[in-house]
Amino acid sequence: MTGTVAEPAVTRYDPSRPPLATRIAAGLATPGGIVWVLLVALLVAVVVYNPQLAAPEQFLRLIARMAPVAIVAVGQYFVLVSGEFDLSMGAVIGVQVVLAGTLIGDDPSRILPVVLLMFAVAIVVGLVNGLVTTLLRVPGFITTLGTMLILSGLTFYATGGSAGQNPAEEFRVLGRSGLELPILGYLPWAVVVLVVVVAAAAWLVRRPFGRLLLLSGDNPRVAHLAGSPVWWLQTRAYLLSALAATVAAILLVGYAGVHPSVGSGYEFTAITACVIGGVVLGGGRGWLLSAVAGALVLESLFTLLNFVGVAATWRPTVQGAIILVAMAVTVLRTIRRRRPPAAEVPPRSEPGAGEGAPAPATAPQQPRGT
Amino acid sequence: MQRRTSRLALVGAGVFALALTACAPGANAGGGSESEPSAEANPWFDQAQFDLENERRSAQFEGDPAKPYLQYLAGDMVAAADYALDRPGKVCFANASLSNTWRQTGWITMNQQLQVLQEQGVVQVMETRDAQDSDDTQVADIDYFVNEGDCDGFIISPYSPDATTAAVERACETGKPVIVFDRAVSTDCVTSFVHSVGGMAWGIDVGEFIADQLEPGDKVVALRTAAGVDVFESRWAASQKIFDDAGIEYVDYLTGADPAEIKKAVTDEIAKGEIDAVWVDLGDQSVPAIEAFEDAGVDVPIVNGEDNMAYLRAWKERDLNGFGGVYSNFQWRTALLALTQLWQGQDIPKDWVVPQTPITSAELDAVLRVNDEMPDVHSTSFGGEDLPGFPDAWRERIIP
Amino acid sequence: MSALARLRGGLGSTAGVYLVLLGVIVVAAVVVAAAGRNLFTPGNLTVLMTSIAVLGFVAIGQTLVILVGSLDLSVAYLVSLSSVLAAGTMAGASGGTVPGIVTALVATVVIGALTGCLVAYLQLSGFIASLGVGLLVAGYLASYYRGTTGKASPELAGFGSASIGPLPVPTLLMLVCLVLAVVLVGRTRMGMHLLAVGGDAHVARMSGVRAGTPVVVAHALSGLCAGIAGIVIVARLGVGSPTVGEQGGYDLLSIAAVVLGGASLAGGRGSLWGTLGGILIFAVVDSAMGILQVNPFLKEVVRGVVIIAAVALYARRAAPLVRRRFAAAAGPDPAEASAATAAGPTAPVTEGAER
Repeated sequence: MTGTVAEPAVTRYDPSRPPLATRIAAGLATPGGIVWVLLVALLVAVVVYNPQLAAPEQFLRLIARMAPVAIVAVGQYFVLVSGEFDLSMGAVIGVQVVLAGTLIGDDPSRILPVVLLMFAVAIVVGLVNGLVTTLLRVPGFITTLGTMLILSGLTFYATGGSAGQNPAEEFRVLGRSGLELPILGYLPWAVVVLVVVVAAAAWLVRRPFGRLLLLSGDNPRVAHLAGSPVWWLQTRAYLLSALAATVAAILLVGYAGVHPSVGSGYEFTAITACVIGGVVLGGGRGWLLSAVAGALVLESLFTLLNFVGVAATWRPTVQGAIILVAMAVTVLRTIRRRRPPAAEVPPRSEPGAGEGAPAPATAPQQPRGT
Repeated sequence: MQRRTSRLALVGAGVFALALTACAPGANAGGGSESEPSAEANPWFDQAQFDLENERRSAQFEGDPAKPYLQYLAGDMVAAADYALDRPGKVCFANASLSNTWRQTGWITMNQQLQVLQEQGVVQVMETRDAQDSDDTQVADIDYFVNEGDCDGFIISPYSPDATTAAVERACETGKPVIVFDRAVSTDCVTSFVHSVGGMAWGIDVGEFIADQLEPGDKVVALRTAAGVDVFESRWAASQKIFDDAGIEYVDYLTGADPAEIKKAVTDEIAKGEIDAVWVDLGDQSVPAIEAFEDAGVDVPIVNGEDNMAYLRAWKERDLNGFGGVYSNFQWRTALLALTQLWQGQDIPKDWVVPQTPITSAELDAVLRVNDEMPDVHSTSFGGEDLPGFPDAWRERIIP
Repeated sequence: MSALARLRGGLGSTAGVYLVLLGVIVVAAVVVAAAGRNLFTPGNLTVLMTSIAVLGFVAIGQTLVILVGSLDLSVAYLVSLSSVLAAGTMAGASGGTVPGIVTALVATVVIGALTGCLVAYLQLSGFIASLGVGLLVAGYLASYYRGTTGKASPELAGFGSASIGPLPVPTLLMLVCLVLAVVLVGRTRMGMHLLAVGGDAHVARMSGVRAGTPVVVAHALSGLCAGIAGIVIVARLGVGSPTVGEQGGYDLLSIAAVVLGGASLAGGRGSLWGTLGGILIFAVVDSAMGILQVNPFLKEVVRGVVIIAAVALYARRAAPLVRRRFAAAAGPDPAEASAATAAGPTAPVTEGAER
C-alpha cells in the first residue's frame, strides 16, 4: 500500500514526465525515495514478527499510533526546508496537553472553547518563533530553544507541576477511537487526521507559498526578488509547525492521556524523521511525503524492536546506528553517482549544515529560480 | 578508488572505537541482550537489604499511629543536647528537584509544616536551593550553604546517593545538624537519615501481591520509568526476586513515564500474547497501561499503582484487581520536624524509619473518601491532614 | 545603515557580549540587593566560579565545532562516558589516576574524531552525525552502567576541591584551556584553516585547504573537552555517573552559550572569549536566581528569556541579510559551473549553510 502512496510523491514534482517505471526507479534512488524502500521493509518485518498485524484493522491501529509523530514531522518539514529548526515542538505539545488536561475536565461543553484557545496559543507561539527569528534575526535554533524553556517552565509554574486530569472522553475520541467501516472494519480517527494533515500540507507545498518557502530556504535573495518577503514565509512556516504540534497534542491527549512528559523529545524525533526522509538541514531541499515516511520508519523501527525483544537500554544505540547507516548509504550513493566530476570538484556543501546530496538527473526538482 | 579505501578505513576506525569502549571499566550492569535475566544478576539486588526491609514491613513502630510522620523504629538515638538552639533557626534545604508529583506533594506538605514552625517561633526562615535533577548542581548548592555559613541546620534530599557524599561530608564538618531524607548518602556523618521503609519493601509488597495470584509460567509486563535511578531500581530488583522465586516470566520496558510509550509497549505485548499482570514502578504509569487493554478490547489484568489519586480513582471506577504500593510521602514533613526537634532539645532516631503502608482493596474506599477533593496527581500518603492549610494547599496545589 | 547599527557593527560582538554581561551583573546585583541579600559574598563567588568549569570545557569544544560550521550534540553523552570510564578505571586507587584519565580521554577523542569523519568525509550534517553518535553512546551507557559507578582517586578528588586564592583549580584549568584554544584558532595554521572552512568550505578548498582535516580536528577537540569536563565531574562528585551529562543539559546549553557569545551557527564567525562571556551570563543569572530562591519552573522561563533577549540584543547577525552563498550563485564560479554540468542541467548543488 505504501508503494501507491510513494508514487504521487514522485510524479508531483516531475516536470518532464519520463515513463512511469523510470520515474519510480529514479525517485527511489534519491534520499527521499530510499526511505520508502526502508519503510516497506520495516513494515513487512513487523508483520512477519506479528502476523496479526496483517489484518487491516490492526494495521490501521498501528498507523494510528504513529500519526502524532508523523504530524509533528510535517510541521518540522516546513521549518527545515525554510532553513531553520523548531526545537520548541515538544514543549508546544506539552503546553497543549496540559491546557487540555487542566481546562476541559469532565465538562464536554468546554471542549470547543479550549480547542480554540489551544489554536490561539499555537498561533502566538508560531508568530513569536517566526518574528524573533526573522525580524530580530536570532537564529531559529536559539529562538526555539528559548521558547522551549519558556513554554515548559510556564506550564509547570502555572499548574503547580500538575498536568491535570484526563479530559472528557468526547475530547479524546480523535486520538482514541475510530469509525466502524464495512470493508476496513475499523478506521481510527487518527489515521483520518493524519491523511487530512498530510493532504493539506502537500497542497500547501504545491502552492506558491510552498514553492517560495523551499526557494527561500535555498536562496533567500531569489525568493525576495520573486516578490515574497522572506520573513513572512518563514514566520508562516513556524506557524504551521506550532499548529501541527497542536494537532499532534490533541491526538496524544486522546491516545495516551495527560502527563507532563507527553511530547518530550518529539522535536528531535521529527528532525530525525525529516532527515531520514531526505530533507536537507539548511533548507531548500526535501519532499514532504518522504519526511512523513521518515517518521513512519522510525516508529515502525521502535515497534519492531518491541517485537524482537531488544533490551530497552540498547534502543538508543539501534536508533543511532539506523540514522547513521541510512544517511551514510544515501550520501555514498549520490557521491558515487556523480563520481567523474566529483573527483576533481569536491562536494560543495559546508560540512556542518548540509549533507550535500543532489538528486540525480531524472529526479524531481524543487524549484530553483521559478 | 583510493577515496573509497579511505572511507573503509574510516568505518574500520569507527568499529575500533566502539570495540575500545566495549570493555567497560566499572560497569555495574551486564549489557546483555535481555536487560537482566534474573534478580541475582541485577546489580541493584542486595539480599541483606532485601531481608532487612522485608522484616521491617511488619515491624512494630514506636509512637502514635495517628501521627505516622512521627513514628519510628526503636534504635540508636541522637542526643539533642549538642544541637539545642535558643532562638528561631535558619533551615538550609538542598532539594534534588521538584520534577515529579510525589516530590511536589511532599514539598507542599513541608511548606505547610514550615509555616506552623515559623508561627511557633522555632524556625526563622528556610532557604531552599533546587538542583533540578543534577548532581553537579546539588553539590554546588550544598557548597553554597556551607560557604555562606549562616545555616543553623541542613536538610538534604540527595539526587544520587554516592555523588553527593563528599558535599554532605563538608556540611557535616560545620558541626551543624545534617538531616538527609528520601535517598541515602554513603557516609555515616549525617545526624539523622529520615526515610520510609524503602524501595525494596515497596517492591516486595507489589511483587507478592502479583505473584500470589499467578501461576508459574505466567507473564508480567514490567513498565519501568528509568534505569539507574536507585528508587526505581530497588523496587524492580525486589519484585524481580519475587517473580524469579515464583517462576513467573517477565519482560521489562523503559518508558520514561511517557503515556504514549507506555501504551505502545503494552499494545505490542498484548499483540504478542496473553498478559497476566502489569507491574509499574510509578503510579503515573498505571492508567495508560489500563487504557491500552481497554482500547485493544481485552480484559484488564492485575495492574498495580501507587497512592496517586489518578490510579486510585481508575481502580475504583473500573473495579480493578489493584494494589497501591506506597513510599510514604509524609517523610518530607518528618525531615523538617527532625531538625527542629533537635533545636528544641528532643532526641531523635539516628536512622529514622517511618512506616510505609500499602493500599489494598480493603482500604481503597476509605482512602478515596478522605482525599475526595484532591487532584489526580495528589499522593494520599502526604500526611498533612492535621496541618492548618488542609485541604486547600493540596487541592489548589500552589508550589511555593 | 543607521548610526546605531553602525555603532553596533563597529563594536564587535565580543565587546557586545561583555556589555550584556555587565548589564546582567548590574541587574542581578540590584535585584539581589533589593531582596536584602548580596550577590558578591566570597562564598557565592566561589560557587559561581566553580560552576562555570564543566560547562566551560564543553563550550570550548563546542565553539571550535561551531566555528568550523558543524554542531556537536553528542557532548552530553561524552561527558557521561568520560566520567564512568575515568571513575571505573581508577576505582579509588592512586595508581589509577593516569590510566583513568587516559582511558576516558582516548575514548572521547576517538569518538569525537569519528563524528568529525562522518561530517567531513561522508558530508553528513553535524547535527545528524553527532545526534546519531550520541545515541550510540547513550545506549552503551544505559546498557553497561546503572547508576553511579567507580571512585575518584584521592589525587583527582584533591584536584577537584583545590583552589588557588579565590579561583578553584578546575576553573583555572578551564581558563588555561580556553587560552590554548584562543592561541590555536588565532595563531596557528590549523586555526586559520578552521576559520576558513567554517567561513566557506568551498573557497577554503579552492585556496588549497584540505577541508576535511579541520572538521575532524575540531570534533576531536570537542570530544577531548567533553572528556575533560567528565573528569572534572568525577573530581567534584567522587564517582562517575552515566547520566551526569544529560542532567546538566550540556549539549543545548553549550550551543546556547556559544551563540550567546556571538558565534554564528553557520560557522566561520565566533570567539572563544565571547563564549566565556556567554557562560558567565548564564552563571550570573543562575546564581542570582538561586539566592532569590526562584521557583525552579520559573528559572527555566528566565533562562529562555535571557537566551533569546541576549542574542537578539547584540548578536543581530553581523552578516548582511543576503546569504553568502547567494554571492557565489550570482557570480558564477568555475567550480559551480563544472559541478552543475556534471550533475546534469537540473541538478541542484546543495550548499546547506544556514546563513
